[in-house]
Amino acid sequence: MTPTTSPQPTARRATGTRATRVLGIVTLVMLGWLLLFGLVLSPADIDQGDAVRIMYVHVPTVWLAYLAFIVTAVCSGLYLFGKRHSLGFDRVAGASAEIGVVFMALTLISGSLWGRITWGVYWQWDARLTTTALLFVTYIGYLAVRGLDGTRERRARRSAVIGLLAVVEIPLVHWSVRLWRSLHQEATILDTDLDVDIDGLMLFTLFSGVIAFTLLFVWLLLHRTRTIALDDLLASRGLDRAIAERRAEVSSSSPSGGGS
Amino acid sequence: MTVGRLRTARRIAAKDLLVERRSRVLVNQVLPFSGLVMVVFAFALGTGGVLERSAPGLIWLAVLFSTLITVQRSFAIETADGALESLRVAGVDPVALFIGKAAALACELIALITVLLGLAVVLYGAEPRAEGIVLLVTTAISATCALAALGTIYGGLAAGGPGRETLLPLLILPVAAPVLIGATRGVEAALGTDRTAVSEGWPWVGLLTVFAVAVGVSGALAFGTLIED
Amino acid sequence: MSGAAAVEMSGVIALLGGFPALSGLDLTVARGEVVLVAGPNGAGKTTLLNVCAGLVPVARGSARVLGVDLTGDRAALRQRVGLLGHRNGLYGDLTVSENLSFWSELVGATTEETDRAVEAAGLAGRLADVRVAALSAGQRRRTALAVLLVRRAELWLLDEPHAGLDPDGRTELDALIRLAAASGVTVMLASHDLNRSRDLADREVTVVGGVVVEAA
Repeated sequence: MTPTTSPQPTARRATGTRATRVLGIVTLVMLGWLLLFGLVLSPADIDQGDAVRIMYVHVPTVWLAYLAFIVTAVCSGLYLFGKRHSLGFDRVAGASAEIGVVFMALTLISGSLWGRITWGVYWQWDARLTTTALLFVTYIGYLAVRGLDGTRERRARRSAVIGLLAVVEIPLVHWSVRLWRSLHQEATILDTDLDVDIDGLMLFTLFSGVIAFTLLFVWLLLHRTRTIALDDLLASRGLDRAIAERRAEVSSSSPSGGGS
Repeated sequence: MTVGRLRTARRIAAKDLLVERRSRVLVNQVLPFSGLVMVVFAFALGTGGVLERSAPGLIWLAVLFSTLITVQRSFAIETADGALESLRVAGVDPVALFIGKAAALACELIALITVLLGLAVVLYGAEPRAEGIVLLVTTAISATCALAALGTIYGGLAAGGPGRETLLPLLILPVAAPVLIGATRGVEAALGTDRTAVSEGWPWVGLLTVFAVAVGVSGALAFGTLIED
Repeated sequence: MSGAAAVEMSGVIALLGGFPALSGLDLTVARGEVVLVAGPNGAGKTTLLNVCAGLVPVARGSARVLGVDLTGDRAALRQRVGLLGHRNGLYGDLTVSENLSFWSELVGATTEETDRAVEAAGLAGRLADVRVAALSAGQRRRTALAVLLVRRAELWLLDEPHAGLDPDGRTELDALIRLAAASGVTVMLASHDLNRSRDLADREVTVVGGVVVEAA
């Protein structure tokens, strides 16, 4: 059985590389672009007024939350069923879940604010919000499982299994919640689905928002994965020292050995 | 293993049910708890029409909460003296372990839901109608199978070490949502609550069955990894 | 024949959550031997037994138990090895015979084999129908070993089996271990109770700091 695959350090002290610095700058530019278009250049909605601008945060974060979930699921599968069981996949899965949880929280908060400002209600039991809330809790559970004790490989395998179970369960949750809401044909107040009537400029801004947040996700993912890798590296460096200390116990105890 | 997988599973299930017959924890503790939950709902909701209309949902809420305790009990007998670890260490097929424990859990939950349905007739005035009986029974069976699968998966994980028991509700409840939704709608249709037709219940039974099969198969495959310490 | 030795270990490093519980251990145990594994607390005795049971993976070094390479697929080993820690792995609400017939049906043992195991453990007669939770510690321990007999385990890994037993309990336990050894079972016994265990064992190894320091 191969020992723990020690991660190669990507940088001596920090997790940034030229590539991520470039990515970071592009992300900042896109976020600035989004701010400009979102807050200033795009028009206010006829009905909702300026409150509609929350949509430029709410909609991209929903999509990114689901993207993060998919990344976690795919990496869990690659870890579990890949020949080498490379821990790199496990690190990406964990990082993606953490970032996904943050994006889900943003979705829920922005959705809540939007509903409150526009219609006076903090929560809407529409299919997407409800499923996002359930997905949010599911991922908190996943992160809790990642934090359980055990060897690195055992934790990774256990987390990968839980991550893949979520792939089976979440679509079923989504499906059942959709069916449930469709029963009560109330008009959903918080209609976050894009309809044809949306203004061209608003659509463009929304599109920019998706790009900006996707870049942010990738940037965060790269950095978080690297810090996890550095944590693992620290742990395995500590191992060699620990082996040496352990063997030193032999000479420090009585030479005739035996007995407590 | 010279003994087949299904035989092993049957042996495990028989053992679980024998322990229950001996210790009577379900009968003496869980059943009164679920009954109490159903009574307490009336305090919270008042005894007007709300209670009768919510009856299907309340029944399944009571089942859901009782499932958490039943699962914990099912794995407590395994961890009290390290029996599950013993089985794992001895190389007993984890798929068979899963099927056996899930089957026993399903039997216990079916017994539970039967009693609770009876209680609902008494407490909430939820009369079943003749044409809805088949739907009622199939809803109950598919929902309890789904819950049994979920409970065994996450119960096994939560049993793995100290300080993990509190994980169980956190892991089960979000993914139990489809079961709660589907089972409630199924029973609503069977009872005719809110003038639902019996035919409206069958798609939900379909959902529950798909759920039970999907989670059951995945759980059987995942169980071995989850019970490792 | 590669299976001549029960245990062959060379330079084994085994990790417990990153900590090297075994730090380069060498050990050979012949089939049918009873070996006493002595050493201070934290020396790695329990980890050694867990490695032999195929529970803890070998991080570095080579190890074969009953001819099975531990760095490969360890699953095949589990059915042939019996590990007994400080817990007994029994169902307290069931009787001795119910616990044993549960196991015998799992492994496909005959009723004669089960009865012989009950007899060997000194639990025949009235005791067989007593709930395990109502037994004494020694009787529970012997029930657990009877399970190993029913399972026809070739290698017994016993971690402090005498712990918590009164002198009579220990004597009866030793009798059972001798019986198993006489029928060809290899026994590795980790124990603090050195004086009495030395009588039981064919030889003794001492583990300190994750390695064997002395093999008598």
